[in-house]
Amino acid sequence: MQPPTYEPWSPERAVEIIALHADREGALLPILHALQHAFGHVPDAAVPLLAGALNLSRADVHGVVSFYHDYRRAPASGKVLKLCQAEACQARGVGQVTKEVEAALGSKIGGPSADGRVTFEAVYCLGLCASGPAAMLDGRLIGRISPDRVAELVREARA
Amino acid sequence: MKVFVPRDAAAIAVGADEVAAALVREAQKAGVEIRLVRNGSRGMFELEPLVEVETPEGRVGYARLAASDIPALVAAGMLDGKPHETCVGVVEDLPFLKAQTRLTFARCGITDPIDLEDYAEHDGYKGLAAALALGPAGIVDAVTKSGLRGRGGAGFPTGIKWKTVADAKADRKFIVCNADEGDSGTFADRMVMEGDPFMLIEGMTIAGIAVGATKGYIYCRSEYPHSIVALNKAIASAKRAGLLGDNILDTPFSFDLEVREGAGAYVCGEETALLDSIEGKRGVVRAKPPLPAHVGLFGKPTVINNVLSLAAIPFIMDKGSQAYADYGMGRSRGTMPIQLAGNIKNGGLFEVAFGVTLGELVNEIGGGTLSGRPVRAVQVGGPLGAYFPPSLFDTPFDYEAFAAKDGLIGHGGVVVFDDTVDMLGMARFAMEFCAIESCGKCTPCRIGSTRGVETIDKLRAGEAPQLQREILADLCDTMKFGSLCALGGFTPYPVMSAMTHFPEDFAAAERTLAPAE
Ligand SMILES: Cc1cc2nc3c(=O)[nH]c(=O)nc-3n(C[C@H](O)[C@H](O)[C@H](O)COP(=O)(O)O)c2cc1C
Ligand code: SF4
Ligand code: FES
Repeated sequence: MQPPTYEPWSPERAVEIIALHADREGALLPILHALQHAFGHVPDAAVPLLAGALNLSRADVHGVVSFYHDYRRAPASGKVLKLCQAEACQARGVGQVTKEVEAALGSKIGGPSADGRVTFEAVYCLGLCASGPAAMLDGRLIGRISPDRVAELVREARA
Repeated sequence: MKVFVPRDAAAIAVGADEVAAALVREAQKAGVEIRLVRNGSRGMFELEPLVEVETPEGRVGYARLAASDIPALVAAGMLDGKPHETCVGVVEDLPFLKAQTRLTFARCGITDPIDLEDYAEHDGYKGLAAALALGPAGIVDAVTKSGLRGRGGAGFPTGIKWKTVADAKADRKFIVCNADEGDSGTFADRMVMEGDPFMLIEGMTIAGIAVGATKGYIYCRSEYPHSIVALNKAIASAKRAGLLGDNILDTPFSFDLEVREGAGAYVCGEETALLDSIEGKRGVVRAKPPLPAHVGLFGKPTVINNVLSLAAIPFIMDKGSQAYADYGMGRSRGTMPIQLAGNIKNGGLFEVAFGVTLGELVNEIGGGTLSGRPVRAVQVGGPLGAYFPPSLFDTPFDYEAFAAKDGLIGHGGVVVFDDTVDMLGMARFAMEFCAIESCGKCTPCRIGSTRGVETIDKLRAGEAPQLQREILADLCDTMKFGSLCALGGFTPYPVMSAMTHFPEDFAAAERTLAPAE
C-alpha cells in the first residue's frame, strides 16, 4: 500500500468525486471513502454537498459520517499509527508495546503525539492474530512488534 | 523455475514484499530465470515469510526469511532447493499441513490466487459446471443435504436460508457476502479473499443461480485492504472470461458482483446492520422479522452468508453433498477452518472435520503457548465467545458441544492466553469493546456495557467486591435477555465465563481503609 498523499480540501473537487459515484445504489459509503481517500478526512463542509447530491437530509448524512470509526472529521496530525488492541494481540503482549509507544510519543493512545508528527490510535483486529502485536502505519501492515522493535516503529512513524 | 512468496497480509506484514523484491534482484544477478508467484498463505504464520521453490521432489520451503537473507540464500543454492538452516523441507510434508482436511483451503497457498487459469487447473469452476447441471432446485437441495451451517457464527443451515430466498417472489434478489470478519482471532475469510478469491466468486455465482439473484455484494471490512485489491482483480478477470455478467457461460443465468468496503464498525458484521451499511445508512441492527431472506438489501429477498459458507459451495457441488457430509460429528457436518491465534506456538489456519477437541487444537496441533508458559485460558469464537480453562479441553469442536459448555464456536477463532493473563482485565475489555461498538439501539447493550466497565473498576479497587460481583452478574443477565443482537446479548459469555472459571481473578480483597495519598 502506498503512503497517502492528500489534496487540500476543495468543494469543487468534492463535487466531482461525489458525481463519480452518485448513481450507485447505496452510494454514501463509497463516496465517503472516496472523499477521505482524496482529502484525508471528511470535513463538515462536505455534508451539505452530499445531502444535496443524494437527496438526503443533512442530519442523515451527518449521522452516517459520525457513526463509522473510519471517517475523520478533521485531518490527522502526521502519520497514522493504528495498533491492534484486540484479544489475540493482547495475548501476544500488545499491552506492554502500547505503553512503550506511548512513552516514546509522549502521549496516550487515541490522539496526536506530543510533537504532532504521529496520530496514535487503537484498532480492533487486523486479521494478523497469529502474527501480532500488529499495527498499520499509514496503511502499511506491520506484524510481530515486540517491545524491542518499538524504537524502530516510532522512528518510522515520525519520519 | 517457479518461486512462491505469499501475498497474504500476514506475510506482507512481516516483510514478504521486500523478500519478493530481493529474490527478483538476486536471481537476476545470479543469472537464474525465476517466475515469481505471489501465492496465498499456507496458513503457518510462524513460518512467514515462507518462500517456496519448485523442485523435482516438490515445493521446498524456506521459513521466516528477511530480505537481507536472500543474497546468501541464493548463493547457497536456494533456487535449486538446496539445504539451509532456514529450509523446512517439502512444505506439503509438514505435520501441521498433513494433519488437516483441507476442503475449502485445498488450493490456498498452492495456486496463484488471481490467475484464473491456475484456478481452473486446480478444480476451479467445476462446482459451477456441476451446479448448472443440477439447476436451481437441485443446487438448493444439494446444499441442504450437505448439512452446511453458516460459518459466520450462528450456524444456521445454509440450505434452508437459500430455499427461503428461492421461494420468495420479487423483481430483484441479492446475494451478500459477509466479509466483515471483525472477531479477534479470526483470519480465515481474509485468507480466502487473498489466497483463493475465485472460490468465493464461484460460490456466490452458484448461490445467485440457486435463488434467482442477479447481483451480489461482498462487504469487506476496511481493515483488509489487500483482500479488497485481490477481490477486485479476481472479479475483473472473471468478468473478462464471461464467468460474471450477463449470460454466464452462455447460459440464461446472469450474475454480477461488486465489493463494498466497510468503515470500521464491528456491529456491521451483524447481517441487518451490514445491509443498512451497504444501503448507505448507519449500521444499526434491524428488528427481525422480517428476515433478510424476505426483506433484505434494498428491501429485496437476500441471501447473506459468511465468506466460508459461500466458499464451501464449489466443493459441495463438485464432489457432492455426501462427500462433505461424510466429515464431522452430530449436526456439525463437514470441515471447519479453525484459526489458532494469540499466544500459541503454531498459530495459523487449521482446517479439520468437526469433532477435534479443544485440547488437541491448543496443545498438540498448536504446540502450546508461544511464550512457553502454561496455557491458562482460551477464548473461542471471538469477542463474544466464552473463555475456556484447560479443564474443559476435552470439549469437541462442535456447535452443540460448545453450547452445552456455555460457549460458542462462532467463526472458529481460538485465542490462547498464558498464565500471565488477567481475567478480570479480559472481562473488562469485553464490556469496553461492547460499549465502543454498540449500535446504540438497546439500552442494556449501550448503557449496560458502560456500567459493566465501571463495576469491574470498582471491583478491582476493592469497593464492596461481593456487591460488584453481584451487580456484574445482574448486568450480564439484563444484557443477555434485553438485547436485540448478539453484541449486547453475548458479551456476557466472555464476562461470565471469566468469572465462573477464574474466580480467583475476581476475588479482589475488600478495601477498608482509604488509600494512602
Ligand atoms: C455483532 C455481530 C457481529 C457479527 N460479525 C460477523 C462477521 O464479521 N462475519 C460474519 O460472517 N457474520 C457475523 N455475524 C453473524 C451475522 O449476523 C450472520 O449470522 C451471518 O452473516 C450469516 O451468515 P452464515 O449463515 O453464512 O453464517 C455477526 C453477528 C453479530 C451479532
Ligand atoms: S445489542 Fe447492542 S449492538 Fe445489538 S442491536 Fe442492541 S444496541 Fe445494537
Ligand atoms: S487481534 Fe490483533 S490482529 Fe487480530
